[in-house]
Amino acid sequence: MAEQMTGAEMVVRALADQGVEHIFGYPGGAALPIYDAMFQQDKVQHILVRHEQGAGHMAEGYARSTGKVGVVLVTSGPGATNVVTPLTDALMDSIPIVVISAQVPTALIGSDAFQECDTVGITRSCTKHNYLVKSVNDLPRVLHEAFHIARSGRPGPVLVDIPKDVQFAMGTYLTADEIGTSRHKSYNPPSQGDSGAIAAAVDLMLKARRPIFYTGGGVVNSGPEASETLRELAELTGFPVTSTLMGLGSFPGSHPQWMGMLGMHGTYEANMAMHDCDLMINIGARFDDRITGRLDAFSPNSVKIHVDIDPSSINKNVRIDLPIIGDCGLVLEEMVRIWRSKTNEPRTEALAPWWEEIAGWRKRNSLGFRNSDTTIKPQHAIQRLYEATKGREVFITTEVGQHQMWAAQHFHFEQPNRWMTSGGLGTMGYGLPAAVGVQVAHPDAVVIDIAGEASVQMTMQELSTAVQYRLPIKIFILNNERMGMVRQWQDLLHGSRYAHSYSESLPDFVKLAEAYGAKGIRCDDPAELDAAIAAMLDHDGPVVFDVLVEKDENCLPMIPSGKPHNEMILPDFAEDIGSVIDAKGRQLV
Amino acid sequence: MNAHLQPSGSAYFLSAETQKPERHTLSVLVDNEPGILARIVGLFAARGYNIDSLTVSETEHEKHLSRITVVTVATPKVLLQIKLQLERLVPVHKVYDLTADGKALERELALVKVAGTGDQRVETLRLADAFRAQVVDATTESFVFEVTGKPSKIDSFIALMVPLGLVEVVRTGLAAISRGAEGM
Ligand SMILES: Cc1cc2nc3c(=O)[nH]c(=O)nc-3n(C[C@H](O)[C@H](O)[C@H](O)COP(=O)(O)OP(=O)(O)OC[C@H]3O[C@@H](n4cnc5c(N)ncnc54)[C@H](O)[C@@H]3O)c2cc1C
Ligand SMILES: Cc1ncc(C[n+]2csc(CCOP(=O)(O)OP(=O)(O)O)c2C)c(N)n1
Repeated sequence: MAEQMTGAEMVVRALADQGVEHIFGYPGGAALPIYDAMFQQDKVQHILVRHEQGAGHMAEGYARSTGKVGVVLVTSGPGATNVVTPLTDALMDSIPIVVISAQVPTALIGSDAFQECDTVGITRSCTKHNYLVKSVNDLPRVLHEAFHIARSGRPGPVLVDIPKDVQFAMGTYLTADEIGTSRHKSYNPPSQGDSGAIAAAVDLMLKARRPIFYTGGGVVNSGPEASETLRELAELTGFPVTSTLMGLGSFPGSHPQWMGMLGMHGTYEANMAMHDCDLMINIGARFDDRITGRLDAFSPNSVKIHVDIDPSSINKNVRIDLPIIGDCGLVLEEMVRIWRSKTNEPRTEALAPWWEEIAGWRKRNSLGFRNSDTTIKPQHAIQRLYEATKGREVFITTEVGQHQMWAAQHFHFEQPNRWMTSGGLGTMGYGLPAAVGVQVAHPDAVVIDIAGEASVQMTMQELSTAVQYRLPIKIFILNNERMGMVRQWQDLLHGSRYAHSYSESLPDFVKLAEAYGAKGIRCDDPAELDAAIAAMLDHDGPVVFDVLVEKDENCLPMIPSGKPHNEMILPDFAEDIGSVIDAKGRQLV
Repeated sequence: MNAHLQPSGSAYFLSAETQKPERHTLSVLVDNEPGILARIVGLFAARGYNIDSLTVSETEHEKHLSRITVVTVATPKVLLQIKLQLERLVPVHKVYDLTADGKALERELALVKVAGTGDQRVETLRLADAFRAQVVDATTESFVFEVTGKPSKIDSFIALMVPLGLVEVVRTGLAAISRGAEGM
């Protein structure tokens, strides 16, 4: 039933009607009416952050770990500009979030009013869509449409900018059902894939001798059923499966057909199989440059099938032989159905030579590293963390750098939505707030931010949020006292001239944790690592765990610039990575 | 530049462009709402696409629909991306590549101001007549002509006016539509 209320009340009401239970935000002058309306209800719980960037990443972590839309509320001007990084991050990684920003009163827009900025202008290119709502009567429609656009099709961030006078104005509230389909009749994301194309894909799969599934974040976006169907199809076909950084968890890490992550820091077997395959089946991945390496040398002899919900992902970087536009969950189901109708025998014999070759590549043990009794190796620390949390409900977030790649390589996931990382934008400072967001959604789970000491300082203040809301996140810092990833590239490309890649004047992380009211633990002895990890996991509250690791470890394997997939740097010969890139690679700018 | 600052490698993998750029006219049907033009233009700027000509106007008032005609120069691969990226924008209904589907009708209007005296004026009027340009303003020492046609025709007319005292020109940009019974 249509009800009269203020714009501010509509915001809170629409959130509740959209099923939102938590929002992340920070108040300010222009947002006060909405805050006042928040204060007078208890359906939507507001989590007060310490910096609006934190609110954005929390909403991303919340969204990625639940499949629901994450919500942010910020004030005008600096509140809005502080969410630009998480908006861009969410756009790159297809994460559904809705940001509600307050704006100066309509009559003052354009007058350089106090805390005015052109929020819709600034965020136009870092949102899937955005709105400036100038009339309270548009507000219910816009709010419901914002949620619809954020979560449907290729998910992404949507921003709704609401001037203060619109928050005060009285109008008629309508529910999503009362409004009906969105006003934008132009917005019709695809769902079902073309059945002819899917049948053609299955025909190719039935004939393939060296096939591979290359899966990505789209499988996670589609929902947990898509991961189950992927597993079913993989088992029916007997094909190997690799995944991008964003797709980790959509196929079980313990499965015999799992090849590990592919790409720049992916496994040798995954990259070799991608290079040498005769049929590549891309399910919800976007041929990112970290995957393809040199485009002219990328998987030169394969027929390529690409399933994606966004037509612009197809043929963007790599030429596709058979595009299938649709939701990959539905397409996978259809593939299973057609495959079953054609055969019920796995093609074990036909694929045997391919698996034999793969076994040979696996023997190279590309994730191997030289362990040490005296210093903690970062890879070892992650392996121990993995063993210590096995069997528990565990969610991992990361910052950006070497530790992120080591986490991707050495932590294994059996389910989707358990791995939250900033892939496309590579935002240092993502992991800590993302962990807060995940913990809000899953209060009883183990939530760990695998961090670097440089990244974690970018959003460290959100530890205070974790303490305030008793969110027992664990911040697992692989402290190498360097921006390790930058240091590694400087070794590779810039003659080991370490321009500003040290972490100088580091805080004492144990004392810092204590200053925030959290627990701090430090460990630098491999012999004590397991006990220290246990102490971290046993503590019922937020912990900052400062693991002092080997300072100059390289993140390997790695595909260096100028090299195709089959010329990776493997751990066994990588004492001096500076000598690996040849003259031709050095010509690349 | 110091030798040691020469690029010795990159975190990116660049390969040489092999396709040739082509000039295409796109017709874009959009919801006429605030910010729509900024969205379109911003997309071209952000992704490094070219705009050679751009015209916008509401075409169906009751439905709040506008038609945007964009002329761009890009390789076939990028042209496809331009179309698909435009279609990703929420208020965009449809993008139609008029050049890909055979010869579309293309028209432009220009207002051309020419100043001169004596024989020059006679010659100016003679040429204007040949181009079917209308005189829309006249003084004893100037004319403003309205000329419509294909951009190439307007280019020629302007070129001829240069020695005859061309003062200034404004052009509307291209309006284009497909031939035959079908709409977009
Ligand atoms: C330091 C660093 C190093 C990195 N190294 C690597 C590396 O070695 N290997 C690696 O893999 N990545 C690496 N990355 C991440 C990389 O930059 C990209 O973010 C990642 O590869 C993209 O993953 P994706 O292709 O799965 O695409 P995503 O960004 O997850 O995009 C998902 C795709 O699926 C589509 N989609 C969305 N929903 C659906 C649906 N329902 N149905 C069908 N399709 C859908 C989308 O349109 C899109 O095309 C690195 C990042 C950093 C910061
Ligand atoms: C906001 C931001 N600024 C800069 C970078 C570039 N960058 C990528 S990795 C990295 C170093 C990260 O260091 P640290 O967090 O200590 O992780 P490590 O690589 O040592 O594991 C930098 C500076 C980035 N990704 N994000």
